[in-house]
Amino acid sequence: MTTLTYRDAVREAIRGAMQRDPRVFLMGEDVGRYGGSFAVSKGLLEEFGEERIRDTPLSESAFVGAGIGAALGGMRPIVEIMTVNFSLLALDQIVNNAATLCHMSGGQFAVPVVIRMATGGGRQLAAQHSHSLEGWYAHVPGLRVVAPATIEDAFGMLPTALQKPDPVLIFEHALLYNMKGELPEGAGPTDLDRAVVRRAGAHLSLITYGGSLFKALDAAQVLAKDGIEVEVIDLRTLRPLDDETIMASVARTRRVLIVDEGWKSGSLSAEISARIMEQAFYELDAPVARLCSAEVPIPYAAHLERAAIPQTDDIVAHARRLVTRGV
Amino acid sequence: MRPLVSRTHALELLRAMVRITRFEEKCVELYSAAEIRGFMHLYIGEEAIAVGVMNALSPDDAVVATYREHGHAIARGIGMGPIMAEMLGRREGVSGGRGGSMHLFDAASRFYGGNAIVGGGLPLAVGLALADKMSKRNRVTCCIFGEGAVAEGEFHESLNLAALWRLPVLFVCENNLYAMGTAIERSESVTDIHQKAAAYGMTSEAIDGMDVIETEDAAKRAVEQIRGGAGPAFIEYRTYRFRAHSMFDAELYRDKAEVEQWKERGPVKTLVARLEAAGLGSHDDLTAIEAEADVEIEAAVAFARAGTLEPIDELSCFVYADDAQNAHIATIARCMDGE
Repeated sequence: MTTLTYRDAVREAIRGAMQRDPRVFLMGEDVGRYGGSFAVSKGLLEEFGEERIRDTPLSESAFVGAGIGAALGGMRPIVEIMTVNFSLLALDQIVNNAATLCHMSGGQFAVPVVIRMATGGGRQLAAQHSHSLEGWYAHVPGLRVVAPATIEDAFGMLPTALQKPDPVLIFEHALLYNMKGELPEGAGPTDLDRAVVRRAGAHLSLITYGGSLFKALDAAQVLAKDGIEVEVIDLRTLRPLDDETIMASVARTRRVLIVDEGWKSGSLSAEISARIMEQAFYELDAPVARLCSAEVPIPYAAHLERAAIPQTDDIVAHARRLVTRGV
Repeated sequence: MRPLVSRTHALELLRAMVRITRFEEKCVELYSAAEIRGFMHLYIGEEAIAVGVMNALSPDDAVVATYREHGHAIARGIGMGPIMAEMLGRREGVSGGRGGSMHLFDAASRFYGGNAIVGGGLPLAVGLALADKMSKRNRVTCCIFGEGAVAEGEFHESLNLAALWRLPVLFVCENNLYAMGTAIERSESVTDIHQKAAAYGMTSEAIDGMDVIETEDAAKRAVEQIRGGAGPAFIEYRTYRFRAHSMFDAELYRDKAEVEQWKERGPVKTLVARLEAAGLGSHDDLTAIEAEADVEIEAAVAFARAGTLEPIDELSCFVYADDAQNAHIATIARCMDGE
C-alpha cells in the first residue's frame, strides 16, 4: 500500500505510460514549466524533456486537433485541457473529427488519443470554470467517456485508455485532486467498461460518479445509522454505460436515486433514468429520482454555490424521502 | 513565366488535369440522374493546384483535404473506380460508402480525408506533422483549404503552432475568391492571404493557381524547403471555381462575365496554349487525352454501379475501432501508422 493523492495517482499513471511507451507524450496549456494548472504534471518536464511534455499556446482547437492528428500519425498523445469549460473551444475537433474519422473512413483510420480535463464545481470559481459537461460528450458515438473517482481508477484508467484505438475522454473532478488514499500493492490498469458497486445495500440504489461519489458514500453512512441500507454505484464509465450493473442493482433495491453534478435537462441522469424505464420498469417500487445541480450557471458566492450543487445532506434527505415515502 | 520543361512532362500534367475535369463533368451527369446525392462540390477551374501540389509530394507524405477534394484524391493517385463507388454509396467506395463526395479517405496513400468543417483539417495536419517530427521521419503533411478557412480561428491557431514547433506542414490555400457565396472582400480585412501566413513567421507566397507549371514549381520548392527542416511553408494559389459552390447553388452572388473571364484563363486552356506556343504540342493532344480519360471514367462508373450495398446490420461497425463486430468486414482497418 502506498498513500498518495489523486493528483499523484494521475501523475504516476502518466509517468508509467511514458516510461513504457515512447509514443506517449503529454501536451496542453501549462503542463510543462508551470507543472500543470492542477500540478498533475509537476516534475514531468524535468524527467522527460520538452519534446514529450509540451506546453501549448492557448489554442484549444489546434492542440486538441494536433493530438488527434498525432494519434492518426501513430503517436499516443495525452492531451490535457484545463477544464471542461475550455474544452468547448475544441468541441469541433473532438466531435467532428475524433469521434467520426474511424466510421467516416470506413474503418481505415483510428484515433487513439486520450484527452484529460478537470470538471465540476465547489471551488468558488463561478460559471466559466465550474460546470459538469461530461454528459454532453457521453452523447456522442465514437467517443469513450470515463470519470475516475478513486485513487485506483485515477491510476488505472489512463493506461487502459492509452491502449484503446479510440478517443477516450477522462474527466477528473477538480475537488478530487487533493484527496488522499491508498494505492494497493500491484495496482495496475483498470477496465473502462464496468460500473462498480462501491457499497452494497438493500433499500436504495444510489447511482453516481466522479466528484459526487464520496458525497454519496458519506450519505450512505449517515443513512445506515437509521437502518437505511444504500447501495452506491460508481458509474466510472459514462459512455458506454454499464446497463447490466445498473439494472442488477435496481432489481435488488427497487428504488433509485441518481446523483449528478450536471444539470437535469437533457442530461446523463435523464439517460440513465430512461434506460431504467426501458429495461427495469417492473422492478421499481417507486419512480426514479434525480438529484442534480440547480438549473443555473454555477455562482461564485459560497452559500449560493453550495446550494446549486448536490451535497451530502441533500442526498441524505432525498434518499430518506424515497425510501420512506416513495418519492 | 517559367518555360515548359518537356513535352512528356507537359502532357503528363495535361493528362492529370483533364482526368479531373472529365471526372467532375461525369459527376454532374450522375448527380442530375440522381445516382449521386448529398452535397457535391466540383473542382473544375482549380485542377492545376491539385496536380501541381500532388506532383511535389512523395508517396509517404500525408494529405489533409477539404470537401472539394475529388481533384486532390485523383491527383494523389487514388483509383477513380473506388472514388466513384464512394459517391454512389457503395461499400467498394474509398470510405465504404460512409463518407460520400465530401469524405474521401485512403490509408494506402495517406489521404486523411475530405474534411467538411471549414478549417477543421488544419489542426489534424499539424498533429500528423508533429507525429512525423517526433518520430524523426522526414515526411511532409500537405494541408489544403480554401480562403474561407482563413476566417476561422483554427487557421490562425494551426499556423501559429506549426510555425512555433517548426513542423513539416505545407499549407496550401486555394483562394478561389468566394467562401460559398461570400466574396473575399466582404469577409477579410486583409485580402492578401499569404501575408497572414508570413506574419506567423513562415515562408509564404502567392502563386498563379491557373498555370500548372507555376503551381508545380512553387509546391516543389516549398516541399524541398520543408524537407530540409525549415518548418512549415504556405502557398496561396489564386484560382477560381468555374462551377457553382455545390449542386444547390444558384450563383446569385457573381457575374457571369466574371466567370467567363476566368474561364479564358482555365488551367487546361492555359497549358494547351503554352504547348502550342512552344511548338511542343497541339489541340490534338488534348483531344486524345480527353478520349483516354473518358474510357477510364466509363470504367470507373461501371465499377461503381456494379458495387454492392453494405448490409444494414453492419451499420454500426467502425463507430469504435476496437468493436468486435468490425472483424467480419473484409475491408477491415489498416488503421494506424507505425504498427
